[in-house]
Amino acid sequence: MMTNEVSHTQLPSRPDYDAIAAWIKPESRVLDLGCGDGSLLRHLKNQLNVHGYGIEIDTQNILACFENGINVIHSDLESGLSGFGDDSFDYVILSQTLQAMKNTEKIILEMLRVGKQGIVSFPNFGYWKNRLQVFSGRMPISRCLPYEWYNTPNIHLCTLHDFEQLCHQLQVNILEQRVMNGERKMVLLPNLFGMLAFYRFSREPKTG
Amino acid sequence: MHDSDSLGIVSPQRMHFDSPLSLRSGAVLDSFELTYETYGELNPAKSNAVLICHALSGSHHVAGVYADNPKSTGWWNNMIGPGKPIDTRRFFVIGINNLGGCHGSTGPISINSKTGKRYGPDFPLVTTGDWAETYARFADRLGIDCFAAVIGGSLGGMSALQLALDAPERVRHTIVIAAAAKLTAQNIAFNDVARQAILTDPDFYGGDYYSHGTFPRRGLRLARMLGHITYLSDDSMASKFGRELRNGTFAFNFGVEFQIESYLRYQGDKFADQFDANTYLLMTKALDYFDPAQDCDGDLQAAFARAQADFLVLSFSSDWRFSPERSRTIVKALVASKRNVSYAEIPSSHGHDSFLMKDDYYHQLMRAYMHNISI
Repeated sequence: MMTNEVSHTQLPSRPDYDAIAAWIKPESRVLDLGCGDGSLLRHLKNQLNVHGYGIEIDTQNILACFENGINVIHSDLESGLSGFGDDSFDYVILSQTLQAMKNTEKIILEMLRVGKQGIVSFPNFGYWKNRLQVFSGRMPISRCLPYEWYNTPNIHLCTLHDFEQLCHQLQVNILEQRVMNGERKMVLLPNLFGMLAFYRFSREPKTG
Repeated sequence: MHDSDSLGIVSPQRMHFDSPLSLRSGAVLDSFELTYETYGELNPAKSNAVLICHALSGSHHVAGVYADNPKSTGWWNNMIGPGKPIDTRRFFVIGINNLGGCHGSTGPISINSKTGKRYGPDFPLVTTGDWAETYARFADRLGIDCFAAVIGGSLGGMSALQLALDAPERVRHTIVIAAAAKLTAQNIAFNDVARQAILTDPDFYGGDYYSHGTFPRRGLRLARMLGHITYLSDDSMASKFGRELRNGTFAFNFGVEFQIESYLRYQGDKFADQFDANTYLLMTKALDYFDPAQDCDGDLQAAFARAQADFLVLSFSSDWRFSPERSRTIVKALVASKRNVSYAEIPSSHGHDSFLMKDDYYHQLMRAYMHNISI
């Protein structure tokens, strides 16, 4: 049979996608919230053969998902995940979208209702360059926070400590944390030297 | 203007079926015919067939135009053709007039070979399940084991969904547009008012108007006028007609005063000239009966468990007849059944009829989805 499937050309390196992919078991069921053009899901589908769906609200992103050949469902994350049953996914991912959500607590709890585990990534507001800019009297603008204060979609920025405290309040168990600066994994003083934070978490108490 | 991506002249064909068809109602049709059209070429592997299922008043004439009538453009000509979203250079596209229709397939206006008279009220009511069986028989005759895609809007979307559930191995992709998993009480209520308009027309004669030399024109016209209101949105009617008067002032009588009255009456008249009242009754019942979850105690997810196809579900923001929420119900059950499914709600002000209209985003989505279907 002739095929005309989406070509799996070599995509530009995305260390943040690799960081998420490293936490995901092959063949698992994945829901990607705010999936953009679907490139993360496509990455996970190609690398790990996951069965996934993306959720997106922007029409041009939805069209890009169609072109990328991934399952996408038009939905508004702010209204929750009522289209999905309890425990229906192995992982629910929120990649660099948490800081733009209005209902931050609700979405984290919803992630753990429909998924066994949640994975979030967000720009660390505590990154030293951000602190330096705030210290010098300006709102930070950087590779991870490219917007001006007046046009940014990022309304709920936080530091690593802030996020961990919220998890504690919500009785969410952090299973794993990773902090990146470009392609480098930061171990020393992550809340100061890390630009992008990744967390994997669950409802269940940590075991083993 | 020359329409370079149009199919140009097309012509219908007929296919006769001799083995009896047992219908869901218990009735049996000893033989029947289907009228159909095809566009494009069936490839040697027979893997590029796309079936288009029509809605309540549609037909097999989906695209192209008839040689003897330049105004006879198919009902989805903007979607189907060379280079169009459903590209006939790649796909072999089939339109079939549903059993019970009035455009050539066996239906109430056909001659019953047992009596030598038109079936009329004796033609049995049919369901989407019956249609699914006729589609399967049709595919067998062309040697098509599996459709690359089965696509439909409104009742057509329901028919496509039904085939994907009744004959899962025959469908690789199902595209369900502006549809619902079942009709609500409100939907059925609208259908019944339409039916009552026809059934109570003095010219109806219990459905045997053919032998009385009459036609329940008033009833069919009213039914269509009512239906037409549900196909449009409040906003589109407001922007198209508003409260505009034909003659500028109130006439203080029951003639045509408002533009919307003129429009609806015209639509009703036009429809009554070209459609059969018994078929209209039958099609509305097929809508009412559609409920794939019924056999699974109302559990749609369980009903979808047998599907093997991938799905695309599309809705339109201003469609209140089958609102986006109804499409979401389908999507939710498909996700729960672990099917591949994509869903988009298309911003549109044209109500239910949006599925027939040309809209950039809608057509881009269809094009992208069709492009990724392997053949």
